[in-house]
Amino acid sequence: MATEILMPALSPTMKEGKVARWLRKPGDAITAGDVIAEIETDKATMEVEAVDEGTLGQILVPEGTENVAVNTPIAVLLAEGEDASAMPAAAPTAAAKPAVAQPSCAPSVAAPAAAPVAPQPEKDWGETTEITVREALRDAMAAELARDEDVFLIGEEVAQYQGAYKVSQGLLDQFGEKRVIDTPITEQGFTGMAIGAALTGLKPIVEFMTMNFAMQAIDQIINSAAKTRYMSGGQMSCPIVFRGPNGAAARVGAQHSQCYASWYGHVPGLKVVAPWSAADAKGLLRAAIRDPNPVVFLENEILYGQRFSCPVDEDFILPIGKAKVEREGRDVTIVAFSIMVGVALEAAAKLAEQGIEAEVINLRTIRPLDTQTVVDSVKKTSRLVTVEEGWPFAGIGAEVAMQVIEHAFDYLDAPPVRVAGADVPMPFAANLEKLALPNTDWIINAVRQVV
Amino acid sequence: MSNETDPGLGGGHNSRAMTEADLKHAYYQMVLIRRFEERSGQLYGMGLIGGFCHLYIGQEAVVVGIQMELKQGDKIITSYRDHGQMLAAGMDPRGVMAELTGREGGYSHGKGGSMHMFSSEKHFYGGHGIVGAQVSLGIGLAFANKYRGTDEVSVTYYGEGAANQGQVYESFNLAALHKLPCLFVLENNRYGMGTSVERASASKALWRNGEPWGIPGMYVDGMDVQAVRAAAAEAVAHCRAGKGPVLLEVDTYRYRGHSMSDPAKYRQRSEVDEIRKNQDPIDRVRRELLAMGVDEHELKAMDEQVKAVVTDAAAFAQASPEPDPSELWTDILVES
Repeated sequence: MATEILMPALSPTMKEGKVARWLRKPGDAITAGDVIAEIETDKATMEVEAVDEGTLGQILVPEGTENVAVNTPIAVLLAEGEDASAMPAAAPTAAAKPAVAQPSCAPSVAAPAAAPVAPQPEKDWGETTEITVREALRDAMAAELARDEDVFLIGEEVAQYQGAYKVSQGLLDQFGEKRVIDTPITEQGFTGMAIGAALTGLKPIVEFMTMNFAMQAIDQIINSAAKTRYMSGGQMSCPIVFRGPNGAAARVGAQHSQCYASWYGHVPGLKVVAPWSAADAKGLLRAAIRDPNPVVFLENEILYGQRFSCPVDEDFILPIGKAKVEREGRDVTIVAFSIMVGVALEAAAKLAEQGIEAEVINLRTIRPLDTQTVVDSVKKTSRLVTVEEGWPFAGIGAEVAMQVIEHAFDYLDAPPVRVAGADVPMPFAANLEKLALPNTDWIINAVRQVV
Repeated sequence: MSNETDPGLGGGHNSRAMTEADLKHAYYQMVLIRRFEERSGQLYGMGLIGGFCHLYIGQEAVVVGIQMELKQGDKIITSYRDHGQMLAAGMDPRGVMAELTGREGGYSHGKGGSMHMFSSEKHFYGGHGIVGAQVSLGIGLAFANKYRGTDEVSVTYYGEGAANQGQVYESFNLAALHKLPCLFVLENNRYGMGTSVERASASKALWRNGEPWGIPGMYVDGMDVQAVRAAAAEAVAHCRAGKGPVLLEVDTYRYRGHSMSDPAKYRQRSEVDEIRKNQDPIDRVRRELLAMGVDEHELKAMDEQVKAVVTDAAAFAQASPEPDPSELWTDILVES
């Protein structure tokens, strides 16, 4: 049966073009793949290849014709034994038309809303002991390495050197070089390698010496780890943890002092965790390692040596996605994460001396954000101050404030206030660095603006 | 559907010349890829495939030759020019074509498109759109094989356009350091988009690019499926034996543009015509089969089988509905 050769499109946006040249003439034998014509638009030239074999019948659109609409029949291809006068029995049906129906605007509700869940009190894990955040992180990794053979730790100086910040101290001796793996200083290479291994079901913990260096591999983290499950229609998953110190340390300059909470928090397909205390660090790192998704785990170098009480129960674990009310209060809600939780608690203590009772929320997880806990608190206090060490523009404070505006606008008695790091690259000089980072006075001043 | 009509492998593994049965298998697979890609180009022209669409026409002998040396469990990863790899790996042409048209019946339910398809069943790990990024993932697949103590191999395809990406060299170093069972297949089709390899690479012998890390390099004519298979046999055996990675440069040629919207002003039409006429990998196998005494009707019957498979895939890809709107919100995270 004769078939029509249609005017092709060079791109999805092309509507019409010029039949520039016929390279074959009626009566020519054609095999699939033969270039039979050239078409042009103002942008480009493209060859038209035959898809079927046969004999070129009638040319319906002569060369040089301009403004030929896409999908217009331009020639007829005859099957074996057909006569040049043969025409297709039927025009191509509607199947030839692009079945595209673009909605005029995005749905007004961004995502299916999760049913509100009544907040449950945090489980009491019983006896505690004082440990440093560093020990908590190490204990969490040791427990998970022991629990699951598929878990391994990989990164710069994690094995023989015992960790650039001694977080992986003793793990090489305990688990051997198959499970605790030193890498060369090649973030793209070892991050990509760990992600590839995770796609097969292994559960790597990738330690970045600092999260600043993970920027070398941010393409691997976002394009390869975060998006593969979606792009594969749910066939693949990427159970991996990317962890390391995040944010400012002390006098390490602009390239080593950046907070990435907002960067990674922006990405669907990632979970982002930012612990403060030793209990946060231990409970959340164990949850991150067990999570079947890619988790970015943002630690803080200054917190590594700080001591906190932490449950001793060997099954101790915390849920990702749950914030913690660290201090209750009725006058203002202060929302913070990582090292700023401690600063916020200090500010709250000073405010109490002034008769202001601040509620301090430790977010613990950046994504998925525990909006419920924040909103419940603001409904009680009617005032919001957000605190973060990173830059203010498009930061976590902006997101928290927007969530409160969306969910508790009528409860607010004052505009939310953000406390954030100065909007500058981190300076080196001691006095300047101090001026760039939020402290208790900044938080107290912010609270006094709204109370 | 292709599996039913595929003549299948027939042995004769390590010799340079294939048996008649193997050669018929190679012929069938190459014709399948070419007809599939031609049909993809046609559907693109009809507006049924949108966005990017990178065709494999001209390079068929590469994946078909390599695939003939792989076994169940070997892992495959490649760039965005991935349709040929998927068909060679045994993925269903219907599912691939329906992903190209962005339909529910596609491998990723329409959420991946031409550049992003995966099959856990066939150990095909995509389908990656960032030039060179699949190479570091590919050594991770090999790392997993070694970690688990299997003798499986990871085949990591990339083009000469990715050959000078930094992470390729980071991956060479890690693969050599850990002696990973990774076969790097460098498909040199001579143009990275519109820039010829001569204008892009100071290294003129890309197969030697792994030498600083002690990675053995091989070079093979990618328009000759028998030569590709023989080289793959040697390279895969090396990887499987635990001797570390191999870099195999395959000299090939893409007949079509970089993507569908390529004006192709960077090369002469005569260059394409000359290679099509004198070096076409399918014509070459066809001639050899005829010289072996295979009846032309038998080849014609295979052509017809392929045509039926591709027509069926194209019909499926048009009949399959667009994904349900609820698909927008699924497969972002594993729900636990």
